[in-house]
Amino acid sequence: MTIEQDKIQDQLVAPDNNNKVSTGALLSVQDLRVHFELRKFGFGHAGYVRAVDGVSFELKHGASIAIVGESGCGKTSLMKTILALYKPTAGHVIFDGKDLSTLKGADLKAYRSEVGFVQQDPYGALPPFMTVQRILEEPLTINGVKDKEERLERISKVLEEVKMTPVNEFLPKFPHQLSGGQQQRIVIARAMILNPKLLVADEPVSMLDASVRVEILKLLRGLQEKHNLAVIYVTHDLSTVRYFSERIFVMYAGQVIEKGQVDLLVNNPLHPYTYALLQGTSDPDAHNATVMKEVPPGEPPSLVNPPSGCRFHPRCPKIIKGLCEVKIPPEVEPVPGQLTSCWLYE
Amino acid sequence: MADTTLLQLDNLKLHFKTGRGTVQAVDGVNFTLNSNEAIVVVGESGCGKSSLAKAILRLLPRNVQEYSGKVYLHGKELMGLSEEEFRQQIRWIKMAMVPQAAMNALNPVLKVGEQVAEPMMVHFGVKKEEALAQAQKMFQHVGVPADFINRYAFELSGGMRQRVALAMSLVTTPDLIILDEPTSALDVLTQANIFNLLKRIKQQMATSFILITHDIATSSELADRAAVMYAGQIVEVSDAKTFFSQPHHPYSAKLMASVPKLRGNAIPEFITGQPPSLINPPTGCRFAARCPKRFARCVEEPPMVQLDGNLVKCWLYV
Repeated sequence: MTIEQDKIQDQLVAPDNNNKVSTGALLSVQDLRVHFELRKFGFGHAGYVRAVDGVSFELKHGASIAIVGESGCGKTSLMKTILALYKPTAGHVIFDGKDLSTLKGADLKAYRSEVGFVQQDPYGALPPFMTVQRILEEPLTINGVKDKEERLERISKVLEEVKMTPVNEFLPKFPHQLSGGQQQRIVIARAMILNPKLLVADEPVSMLDASVRVEILKLLRGLQEKHNLAVIYVTHDLSTVRYFSERIFVMYAGQVIEKGQVDLLVNNPLHPYTYALLQGTSDPDAHNATVMKEVPPGEPPSLVNPPSGCRFHPRCPKIIKGLCEVKIPPEVEPVPGQLTSCWLYE
Repeated sequence: MADTTLLQLDNLKLHFKTGRGTVQAVDGVNFTLNSNEAIVVVGESGCGKSSLAKAILRLLPRNVQEYSGKVYLHGKELMGLSEEEFRQQIRWIKMAMVPQAAMNALNPVLKVGEQVAEPMMVHFGVKKEEALAQAQKMFQHVGVPADFINRYAFELSGGMRQRVALAMSLVTTPDLIILDEPTSALDVLTQANIFNLLKRIKQQMATSFILITHDIATSSELADRAAVMYAGQIVEVSDAKTFFSQPHHPYSAKLMASVPKLRGNAIPEFITGQPPSLINPPTGCRFAARCPKRFARCVEEPPMVQLDGNLVKCWLYV
């Protein structure tokens, strides 16, 4: 089975050009769909993987959101589409008034210099044969900073920002000579060196020790405030979200099923899936060992043939028979600032 | 020794020889584990917790410099056993292990049922059909549909593969299972499911667990007691209630304060500095350089202090 995207684009709804209104937001995602074609033995069509299926949101300058969901819910596909690594099947990603799918060549390069990416596994993300200096110098060289002095100056500045001091001691080091936390700092420095407006962080702390995790989150938070950065924090760990983002988006089977202010959503989850995720997250407490956790049965659905109606209905403890499995729930706002797609609130 | 003691470690040491010197990964560990008890071993990466698991189960790499101390299981000393005796009598029969990332360690070209049946055939000489039937029973026990015995690892989800790895360690009904980071690569709901399963196994099969993890929040799902490891040594052994609310050792307290919590408003703090190298660990208290409460005496090695039934290796409590 191979994945071929471009060919299916014309089969789906043609892009609706009226939608492209500039809203003043830094990033605007409009009814985004990213589907991958499945093929049998290389040719026969075998359906689509609907990795992202109708996601819309806006992100203002300096705002931070967290996208939370389990593996296979489409959060990585959404992120990669925002990074212009995947092309949308339908819908738009508009950054600073420009539609990403129209960008080519130099414009695309310019876009990529405005978006920083922090990968999950710092050791895998850093080339093992390059020194810290070369790793940080490369984005500058590619983006036309010709003066060597200036490059060094910018590298020193960014290393100081990620608190890798004394700078001269770290410049000649290779990634394997650094600890996990230091490697992640270099990844962050690399993402920051071109002064981006948007930072996309994919599980930036999941590979790190608890004691270092907080340090990295605080560092990211500090950079966000100092540079008025917009940040998209992709994670499956709800407990770290609170210290980092203002809003949470919960994804399930390719769709955002609940979004809202962090405190609202954590203290009063509306969607049964959000509730289950929160219940599943442990806080350190000796009492935990004495009780069983409430976990919805089954596993997330296949994105090739997602369930009809609400995609969570086969696992939902609060299913309304005759409704949830038939009709797709609309997005409602039962609590100001907190939206959910669930028939319980209609 | 009380009747309920299952495992006792006495000054267990495991040192490795490397090009840069001797790595003192496990350096004089003492603790006891009772029957049907779960103890978690927590600590930062590189503190020696996985090496501790290997030292208990005698799964040693080639570059061992020193392997000493005493390990008692049911009161019987194990270090005197030869490698062959240990393999025939202890490993996977009395003690089994679910290694780190076990879900990715399943053999891709063998059906998962055969992999679960194998320990029965190897250790008890059971015929293949019988072992497979046993494996099928164990699958149901860990919540994997029985007909999955004919599947291959790639046909299962991460959570299912973790259950299969668990079934593999349970099939010989050992008294003790060592779990090394059993859920760190899994999603939240899958983690919760696996911990529900472990709790049920602990109740129904009276198994004891050593749970090795750096994830303190989820470790509370299984822990009766907690052992905190720092730079190759155990610095605190406390009951779960003490450890998760009021840990004694300054390092434990720092570690607890660094855990982000979903509920409540405490802002997590990080521990400044880095754990010391295990090649040349500092003399005296190994945590002293990062400790907010250090004082003059910390240059000497602190003793293990009894404190309401708990143990703390810190001069503050002497």
